[in-house]
Amino acid sequence: MTPVIQLENLSVRLGNRDILRGLTGTLSGRTIGLLGPNGAGKSTMINTLLGFYPPISGTAKVLGLDIRTQAKEIRRLVGYMPENDTFIGSMSAVSFVRMMAELSGLPGEAALERAHEALFYVGLGEARYRQVGTYSLGMKQLAKLAQAIVHGPKLVILDEPTNGLDPPARQRMLKLIKEMRDSNQMNLILCSHLLKDVEDTCEEVMILKQGQMVYSANLEDERKLNRRFLELETYGVQNGFVEAAEALGCECAALTGGRVKMVLGTGVEIRDIYKLAAERNLQLRRLSYRRDTLEDIFLKAMEFKGAPQAK
Amino acid sequence: MAVYKRTYKGYEGAQTPEWSRFLILPRYAWESLFKQRFLLIFYVICFFYPIGAGIFLYINANLGMLASLIEAAGKFNGLEIDGKFFYIFHSVQSSLAFILTAFIGPGLVSPDLSNNALPLYFCRPFSRSEYVAGKLGVVAFLLSFITWIPGLLLFLLQWSVGPEGWFAKYSWIAPAIFLSSVMWILLISLLALALSAWVRWKVVAGALLLLVFFLSTGLAAAINAVMRTDKGSWLDITSNSGRIALELFRVREFMDYSEGQGISIEEAWTAQFLALGFCLWLLWKKIRAYEVIK
Repeated sequence: MTPVIQLENLSVRLGNRDILRGLTGTLSGRTIGLLGPNGAGKSTMINTLLGFYPPISGTAKVLGLDIRTQAKEIRRLVGYMPENDTFIGSMSAVSFVRMMAELSGLPGEAALERAHEALFYVGLGEARYRQVGTYSLGMKQLAKLAQAIVHGPKLVILDEPTNGLDPPARQRMLKLIKEMRDSNQMNLILCSHLLKDVEDTCEEVMILKQGQMVYSANLEDERKLNRRFLELETYGVQNGFVEAAEALGCECAALTGGRVKMVLGTGVEIRDIYKLAAERNLQLRRLSYRRDTLEDIFLKAMEFKGAPQAK
Repeated sequence: MAVYKRTYKGYEGAQTPEWSRFLILPRYAWESLFKQRFLLIFYVICFFYPIGAGIFLYINANLGMLASLIEAAGKFNGLEIDGKFFYIFHSVQSSLAFILTAFIGPGLVSPDLSNNALPLYFCRPFSRSEYVAGKLGVVAFLLSFITWIPGLLLFLLQWSVGPEGWFAKYSWIAPAIFLSSVMWILLISLLALALSAWVRWKVVAGALLLLVFFLSTGLAAAINAVMRTDKGSWLDITSNSGRIALELFRVREFMDYSEGQGISIEEAWTAQFLALGFCLWLLWKKIRAYEVIK
């Protein structure tokens, strides 16, 4: 399968400042989260992938196409929802989205039909004849989403799609993103500093800090990995329970109040832990999987000061 | 798919040819422009002179027939239709074209810049040059319909109704009409677009367009007077356009300066091309998806 994004020592300088510094990595997930604090270079990376900014060194490939030599082909396959308030205020939503579809190469009639469909899909069906300039912020975000998907792109880049939205509008936007993901017809890149949004919708994340990639991993794999961490709460005398678990190959830490933190060893299953407890007549009152949240991962990445880390 | 089925679906259908996509911008722009009643009325007025000139050419060529109907007409021997006639036509229509551009031009690029809409255009297979060509097309096509297209139609009318040998004698008028109009259209359109890109307020950009033409003349005259030279005329875009048109229509008697004064015709052409290049450069600096602030 062609990776969605391949970065090959990509560096970008704007003005006299290095914004992206030697990014290297491959992202193949259906939904990719691009994370980082403000000024980390997320939007610059997106703009570079779209060919808006030229790299000073290295290159990148989007869906297997080189950004230096095949920018136009890339734009044919990509839909982009910018971060800023970006629209043509004097046009009705249906004209605006239709024009964008036509600029992407759709014939007039198909563009009109798809403009209606896209606006209904994002939930602006009833307001589609209103001027975009009169829309609320949430509606403008939806109109931006409609223009990004109207031409049926293979990759949709969403730059801060939930910015400025109230909770119901945010939920609606996230629902749309999940629906698009689950339609299996497109890949998504979600650029956000809202970790919860990325965690809810993305399979893969890349974390940027000061123009460098400090973390890149498949969240699903990470979650699977995290299923090996257990937190137990026991009641009664442990009778060498911890030692027995260690003998099986687990790493354990006995805490106060009968609590035990455990990393399961290779080949050790949960049932083995239950068995050990039963043999010792030990009650297990609580057993939970300890997961690193995206926030944990993000905070760890932010503390990172060394070479780029990719998993 | 019916619109009520709110599911996402991809698009695998036909695509329009890439070369034709710049025409999308004029289509949408005209749709919105002609909703303005004032502009529509003014555009209709722009056709009065060509229609009047057409009627005049017809009457002028058929005076004999009219003489039998109107006795007085017999005393009128008719006008020689030459470069002067078409030069006057060109001057009148160019003035109207300029006013029309002052109305339309400033509103073409500035709203896209004010609304940060440029990334939406350029994230598609649509380049900056296609954008400029499209926006230029909005003005250029409209102006063509009131300048060189009716001019050439009048030329053809005169050829068909005029005396024998007229075409052989005046065939150079057709390229003169076309060249002088196209140069003028390109100059005022690009200048309007450049100003619209740099000055984001439509009204100010429109006023500035008028000011540029007056200022360039004033500045050129000041440089010529202070430096005791003719080279200041390189900046006088109004005079240079006029000079080119006068030469093309071979009506040198209309020139308000004698031979040897001012810049040469070659220099006037060069100055006009430099002005066009400068406008394109101004547009190129501004028309980009995101501006890099240094």
